[in-house]
Amino acid sequence: MKTLLSGNEAIARGAWEAGVSAAFGYPGTPSTEILENLVAHREEVYCEWSPNEKVALESAAGAAIGGVRSMVTMKHVGLNVAADPMMTLSYVGIVAGMVIVVADDPGQHSSQTEQDTRHYARLAKLPILEPGNAVECRSYMKFAFELSEMYRCPVILRSTTCVSHSRYLVEVAGREEKARIPFVKNPQQFVPIPVWGRVLRRKVEERMLQQAADASNDTERNQVYRPEQKQLGILSSGVTAFHALDLFPEASILKLGRAWPFPDDRIREFAASCERLLVLEEGDPFLEEHVRALGIACDGKNLVPRTGELTPRVLMEVKAKLDGKTPAVPSPVPEAADLPNRPPMLCAGCPHRGLFYGLGQFDVVVTGDIGCYSLGVFPPLDRTDLLICMGGGFTLAHGMKLSGETRPVVGIVGDSTFFHSGITGLLNLVYNQGNATLVVVDNRTTAMTGHQDHPGTGKTLMGNATVAASIEEIARACGMKRIRVVNPYDAAAMHRVLAEELFCGEPSLIISRAPCILKERSAVKPPFSIDPAKCKNCKGCLKLGCPAIETPDKAAKPSIDRTACTGCGLCEQVCRFGAIGR
Amino acid sequence: MARNILLCGVGGQGILLAAKIIAAAAESAGFQVTTNEVHGMAQRGGSVTAQVRFGANVHSPLILEGCADVLASMEAAEGVRYAHWLKPGGFAVVSSEEVIPVTVSSGKAVYPADIEQRLRHVYAERSSLLLRDFRSDASKLGNPKLANTILLGALSKAIEEISLPLWHSAVASCVKAQFIEINQQAFDLGRSF
Repeated sequence: MKTLLSGNEAIARGAWEAGVSAAFGYPGTPSTEILENLVAHREEVYCEWSPNEKVALESAAGAAIGGVRSMVTMKHVGLNVAADPMMTLSYVGIVAGMVIVVADDPGQHSSQTEQDTRHYARLAKLPILEPGNAVECRSYMKFAFELSEMYRCPVILRSTTCVSHSRYLVEVAGREEKARIPFVKNPQQFVPIPVWGRVLRRKVEERMLQQAADASNDTERNQVYRPEQKQLGILSSGVTAFHALDLFPEASILKLGRAWPFPDDRIREFAASCERLLVLEEGDPFLEEHVRALGIACDGKNLVPRTGELTPRVLMEVKAKLDGKTPAVPSPVPEAADLPNRPPMLCAGCPHRGLFYGLGQFDVVVTGDIGCYSLGVFPPLDRTDLLICMGGGFTLAHGMKLSGETRPVVGIVGDSTFFHSGITGLLNLVYNQGNATLVVVDNRTTAMTGHQDHPGTGKTLMGNATVAASIEEIARACGMKRIRVVNPYDAAAMHRVLAEELFCGEPSLIISRAPCILKERSAVKPPFSIDPAKCKNCKGCLKLGCPAIETPDKAAKPSIDRTACTGCGLCEQVCRFGAIGR
Repeated sequence: MARNILLCGVGGQGILLAAKIIAAAAESAGFQVTTNEVHGMAQRGGSVTAQVRFGANVHSPLILEGCADVLASMEAAEGVRYAHWLKPGGFAVVSSEEVIPVTVSSGKAVYPADIEQRLRHVYAERSSLLLRDFRSDASKLGNPKLANTILLGALSKAIEEISLPLWHSAVASCVKAQFIEINQQAFDLGRSF
């Protein structure tokens, strides 16, 4: 049976068919839908959202060593968090198959960096598979489990945004149940204290040699398309290889589904079969540098951009350069030059708006974090000054204050990122007697990735009710003395709390708490409107940056789009002339 | 040869559902199908595009600019923004609905007053254009949210290799049971334009 599946749906499907028993992850675009689809099989597969990727990967390792097929999913930056256990797990190895699914984001559609996970495969000395469409997502996932058991190590499956979010007709099959392999104690294998770790280290090198040889013989995944074309050979991987199949009909293409350890013999053979070799890869010149190290001449990053997605447009530009021609792909029409952009923004009724508007009344430095609230950087709110990574909002604030910054420093994390990696930053601020104001913007969900549960929501991915961890109690247990909870829709209360906490001279935690309006639709109230007779056109309400408040041009008085307004009431409180009401 | 359909608009306008219906119809007609969706970070209000490619043999899920057979835009300015994706001689269906971005309401940018003239000028040069207010058509049917299905009916005329019964069953397979009939009506209305 064929069915239209996205790459992420197909990864979940392949894992289910392969008999996976336990799956772990932390949400992150473009990887999130994998576990959301897999949990539909909750009778057969245990699925969980872990607090962070390190916890997820370690849990998956425990399950795989305990004898059942397991997997872990994350986005590329999540692997930074999970890198520590992955490095050692490579030595320790697994018993039943384990797959680490990582979704990269070339073009940074929804990410702070554009890192290339293939480097991690080499660093951790683990094989990596790169599916290029949903058909391969399913079949490579199944193969990844086999490979993992064959070499007794986890296997990385690398997707990209385009692969995860494109749909394709996929032939699917039933599930193959796998019996648990009972755990047999073997400290020399599983406890890598140096004396045993050195032995494991040597075995990893032997394993890699075997993997490279096997990959060279794998003509199914390292496949040559159109071998009869001899003039131009393209070495590529992932979805880029499929773009090239459509856009370079004159070329033969070696698509490396098993790119690392490098299948040297296969690459040499292919290069020898064509007159000119072009390495076409998104991201870093990972393949190209190795091809050159093999002594093979090729074109690559001299023609192919290092940054951004290799879209068909970019590939046609590469093709033109290759042929010494001018690219002939049309550009936007002149009439589009002055069109207004549609940047991402906080939704109408978003509870985060109240905090950022409140912070706008003070001269502060704000260190932010990854989530919807990173949108607080945009005008008219303009209240994020530094942002690095999840959990970083708290720790950056601590260091910034220590630098001698005289303005109050406010560190922001979300509720999900508080549990992800914010707690240690709070603990550190209290322990080391820092002086920053910490804020958790607690909207009771992991909003930006589409409303996933987390340890504070009282519900698991499996759908069970569970303990809801309390941010206040955790903070109190860490020694935080000043803890304030404020309703972000109450502008006066927010202003009062900020005025007291920003200048208190000791560690302080503000919890700005109201549920995400897109998740809790019951919180939507009747819409407001603006009385044009009372409105003085001061534009004060526009400082909220609410997409429901519109002015078609600069002269016109603002009005409220009643279908977009959620009735949060912030604008009513902000209006100095009483012009906004129900 | 692959058929390329580009859908564009603003978050919440039903672009992704329209793409899903096209893909289901093409699949039932026996074609290889691939789709791709691009939506920005915000859940609502950002630019959204969806691409559908189908044919006997399709590899890449992405359309090359200048190669779309059909371009359908749920929003007027987006219809100008993506105009260069349409191939010469292609078919464009554009809703005249204007969705004002927050960059405009906050005074940082201007929504062009002459957007209809721009649309007519841009498409006059290269293709045929069906420009109408699909949202008001939908309101007459009782629900402005049906605009995407009406627009889908309008674009279906340009895809001759998929028959009307296949379109109807694709609509039925993609919407909730209680909305099938009204969506099929909306589709037929669009097809009559």
